[in-house]
Amino acid sequence: MKNKMEINHFSFTYKGAKAPSLNNITLPVQTHKVTSIIGPSGCGKSTLLRSMNRIHDLYPGNTYEGEILLLDKDGNQQNILDIKKENEFIHLRQKVGMVFQKPTPFPMSIFDNIAYGLKLTGLKNKHKLYDYVEKSLRDVALWEEVKNRLYDDARGLSGGQQQRLCIARVIALKPEVILFDEPTSALDPLSTLAIEEMIFELKQNYTITIVTHNMQQASRISDYTAFMYLGDLIEFDHTETIFIRPKEKQTEDYITGKFG
Amino acid sequence: MRLLVNKIAIALSSLTAILGLIFLGWILITLILKGSTALSPYIFTHDLVNNGIRNLLWGQFVLAGLASAIGIPVGLLAGIYLQEYGNHTRYADFIRDLSDVMMSAPSIVIGTFIYAIIVIPVGHTNGWAGIAALFVMMLPIVVRTTDDMLSLVPTELREAGIAIGAPKYHVIFHIILKAAKVGIMTGLILAFARIVGETAPLLYTSGSTIYMETSLSQTFPSMTVSIYNLATMPDEKLVALAWAAALILTIAVLALNLIGRFLIKDRRL
Repeated sequence: MKNKMEINHFSFTYKGAKAPSLNNITLPVQTHKVTSIIGPSGCGKSTLLRSMNRIHDLYPGNTYEGEILLLDKDGNQQNILDIKKENEFIHLRQKVGMVFQKPTPFPMSIFDNIAYGLKLTGLKNKHKLYDYVEKSLRDVALWEEVKNRLYDDARGLSGGQQQRLCIARVIALKPEVILFDEPTSALDPLSTLAIEEMIFELKQNYTITIVTHNMQQASRISDYTAFMYLGDLIEFDHTETIFIRPKEKQTEDYITGKFG
Repeated sequence: MRLLVNKIAIALSSLTAILGLIFLGWILITLILKGSTALSPYIFTHDLVNNGIRNLLWGQFVLAGLASAIGIPVGLLAGIYLQEYGNHTRYADFIRDLSDVMMSAPSIVIGTFIYAIIVIPVGHTNGWAGIAALFVMMLPIVVRTTDDMLSLVPTELREAGIAIGAPKYHVIFHIILKAAKVGIMTGLILAFARIVGETAPLLYTSGSTIYMETSLSQTFPSMTVSIYNLATMPDEKLVALAWAAALILTIAVLALNLIGRFLIKDRRL
């Protein structure tokens, strides 16, 4: 199986912090699979995820070592840590999309929320825009619910709908990788289920990495699971292996709820 | 015992609230009673030289309007800088503190300052000096309102914009400002309402005149300054006119404030 991203010996230190938040992480992310990152609060899982599209760079002063490779179909690779120019960042973030913990609808209509990113890529044709918006909304199973109020303010949607809109906004850009940062922790169980089912569908076409607090969620939806603790990657394997026969004692303790 | 203390506290705070309201009502009633006697369509169509207030209304709103036309864009951009670009840098913190100090600077001090740097070199009071004084008054208010309102926009929204590949300036102008729109608009209206009723910054800068004036390099009519002047006149007719002008100005400022409040109440999220 081919890797979509490869994190090699990656260390990360926040601005002003003495000790690194991530120590020498090496983690492959396989194409069209769901990789979940689990671990107790403060273990660095979100930090790692946020490094994968360099969203940390909004806040200057952080330092990092190692490499994070993004691979294309032909096997060409790019170390995303080398990116320095604004337009390369924009390109990276269009290829590696991100969905956040809290739904973040933009203060505009449902239609514009999705069209916003598309317009940034230079798409201006109204019919094409509409088609893309419809397709993205269908992909997240939101179309039927919102097709009659596409031009209403997106902030009027329910939390679960808002989160699906945010996912639609990301997939409209046809990214290669989608990063989910605890996407269901602010949602009710039904909305959570809808999002999980969607992630299952999405992996046909996208490579997915998800950070989650919810171990059941990791076991339900992911193919691979990485367990992190205090900035170290303790164990990485097939999800069944991690949950049924973990090699490390720490992993087993966490999975069985002895700490964390 | 605790119940008693509670009752005393409620009684005292209610009493002081009522006291405040009594004075406010008193002012309003006096204004209406004294102001309405001279109030007639005539005063809106004649200048002060003919016992009207047309030139004063014009002057006051031109001064405040032009001060806003410069102060709003400059203040908005400065506020955006403070919150979105320079946040947590020492320079931004310094500017922020400076704005706070400027906001509480007595307005007569600002008037005197402009008098020293513009009116004295020019040799006489003029409209530009009045605009400059109002601009200096307004700027820190706009800067701090913009700064505060932008700080209420959740960080996630900025990150979400960046994460779908938008350049930072685009996120600020198309997403963040929209999210803070109502709050900023309210702040701008209140800032305008604040300067449109000011007297002290205009006293030595624009001065005031009884004639219609369209050139800003001349002494410019100002309603507030003229109210001050008219109120000390021996002629009772002119004093009544001052009351009418005061009533009109109060109504205008009150209306602006109510619009501002209404916007705050109406805001969603």
